[in-house]
Amino acid sequence: MADTSGGQGIPEPDGPSGLIDTDYEIGQDNYEAQIGPIGLDIHNPVFAISAVAVIAFVFYALALPEQANAFFGWLRPALTSTFDWFFMGAANIFVLFCLALIVLPVGKVRLGGADAQPDYTYLGWFAMLFAAGMGIGLMFFGVLEPVYHMAISSPLGVPSPFAEDGTLIPENVDAARKMGLAATIYHWGLHPWAIYAVVALALALFSYNKGLPLTIRSAFYPIFGERVWGWVGHVIDIIAVFATLFGLATSLGFGAQQANAGLEHVFGIPVNTTVQVILITGITAVALVSVLRGLDGGVKVLSEINMGIAALLLIFVLFAAGAGVIFREFLEGLLGYVQDIVPLSNPFGRDDTGYMHGWTTFYWAWWISWSPFVGMFIARVSRGRTVREFVTCVLLIPSLVCILWMATFGGAAIEQVLADPANSLVKAQVIDSYDPPISLFAMLEGLPLSSITSVIAIVLVIVFFVTSSDSGSLVIDTITAGGKVDAPVPQRVFWCVFEGAVAIVLLIGGGLGALQAMVISTGLPFTVVLLMMCYAIWRGLQAERRL
Amino acid sequence: MFKRIMVPVDLSHVDRLDKALTCAADMAKLHGATVVYVAVSSATPSALAHNPEEFAAKLAEFAESQGAAQGITAEPHAVISHDPTIDLDPTLLKAVADTGADLVVMASHVPNVSDYIWPSNGGRIASHAKVTVMVVR
Repeated sequence: MADTSGGQGIPEPDGPSGLIDTDYEIGQDNYEAQIGPIGLDIHNPVFAISAVAVIAFVFYALALPEQANAFFGWLRPALTSTFDWFFMGAANIFVLFCLALIVLPVGKVRLGGADAQPDYTYLGWFAMLFAAGMGIGLMFFGVLEPVYHMAISSPLGVPSPFAEDGTLIPENVDAARKMGLAATIYHWGLHPWAIYAVVALALALFSYNKGLPLTIRSAFYPIFGERVWGWVGHVIDIIAVFATLFGLATSLGFGAQQANAGLEHVFGIPVNTTVQVILITGITAVALVSVLRGLDGGVKVLSEINMGIAALLLIFVLFAAGAGVIFREFLEGLLGYVQDIVPLSNPFGRDDTGYMHGWTTFYWAWWISWSPFVGMFIARVSRGRTVREFVTCVLLIPSLVCILWMATFGGAAIEQVLADPANSLVKAQVIDSYDPPISLFAMLEGLPLSSITSVIAIVLVIVFFVTSSDSGSLVIDTITAGGKVDAPVPQRVFWCVFEGAVAIVLLIGGGLGALQAMVISTGLPFTVVLLMMCYAIWRGLQAERRL
Repeated sequence: MFKRIMVPVDLSHVDRLDKALTCAADMAKLHGATVVYVAVSSATPSALAHNPEEFAAKLAEFAESQGAAQGITAEPHAVISHDPTIDLDPTLLKAVADTGADLVVMASHVPNVSDYIWPSNGGRIASHAKVTVMVVR
């Protein structure tokens, strides 16, 4: 029952309200202490188990590297090929569910109550959700993926424009370039953003409208009831922390390698562990400053700077490669996406398993394992929006921006590859030898002012990492504080530094690949979690509408 | 001398505020001033309240009971912050201007080592506010 004594309990709501009446008081399981100068307010046992489990897995990967690599090396392809139908089917459901929320009357429900005002302007809101959600992948895959799908992976059996001996087959060109973009847009368009939207909407709804703590388990109240405050909920929250921390740490490790490859390409700085450790340390230091400056003074400002630099680079490539060319690629890619989205989404009776398992289901598992982090962060900054506005802005607008990004970077690269295959650096780095980190820089070199744009690209890679790292630290901090967003400062410092330290240890000791595979394997249980969230959202919105 | 006295309060730790509350009330009686109780929270649900409206209502109730108990004129001023852990000081400083306070009375702990790394709220407000600040220990 709600507390009516006027004490610390959650008070009885007045008048019509969608609040869930629960015995649980936010922070009741928290352990509060003052150890020397450091204040603590942590959820017991989520904080401790998460931290210990992370350390245990790092030890496992380092102590038994062969065993870990063999196991996770087997696990990743086994999951993405055995459960292809499940990942793809679920992702399709998320897209349809989100589209339905836009058009159905429940879209009118406002997050935070009928009179709530949005916390952020559209620009600040969009910059934050975009920087956390996609970030670095756009840099890594923007050139690589469209070219690769056009020439090598043959999605839906569309043949490559290149013969075995590397000569161009003119009659294959049009269909292949269209498919290269469409097959890329498929991975960066509606599906990933629908995955994020589902998690974010569930958390925002159960926190802002139902009064439950801002933590992953709250979305399961309609299913587990009061038991969600016990071990069921602990496990859900711990897996979320686990996936987020390892997702961030392994990306940070791989990202440092990419930035290092870029630095070598542009400045001739050698590729070695020392440079990469310095990069991770630097990125973590900036992220630390950002979390210490807080959500508004740090994270939001950096996200906006990030968007600004990304927009500059996008506009530059757009005009340098020819606005007309890019515009045609954009329309062709979008058209191809619309035409092929249904066959690409169908998991059955496909022959292009290299594309479907190696890319599509891998991506779906990856986005889903990333979703607790991105979803929770989006929820944190989305109070005051209606469901319709929320889904439109989290699903449709980011999808369009991703399509534009892929059309620009991928389109410019495809144009270079097809215009002069013999001298194309992109063709050499993506098709002839597979060297992903260099692909973006290879494309920029085919355009004017490449010495300047390559430096901007390296800066952008680094800033994208900082914006993931700082928002990720805030999310982990909130989950491990039992949904409190005002936990003492040392806790967010701890998670930010811990994440950098895990990345460095894995980089030096080896094991980035194994643990990334493990993160992706958390995508499987989380797919079940997300399906349950759809049901919970539906129930929750129905109750809101009756008010 | 003082017309409006701002008192920052942490509603989840009212027990630690006794001295500051009494002190502010005495000053208010002496100068015939109004006491404005300022509290900061996030929009996400907390142990105190489900949402900003409830939080404001709770603060209003607190101000009313203080006013009656101490025999002073009291007002509530609830502020919602996106990231209260970090933004508390700037939020309180803005509240000084918003409430038109000419004196701030706030509780603070005995200084310790950590204040060299993260200055206490009282210390920060005292060094940055344009009005008189009285830090009660």
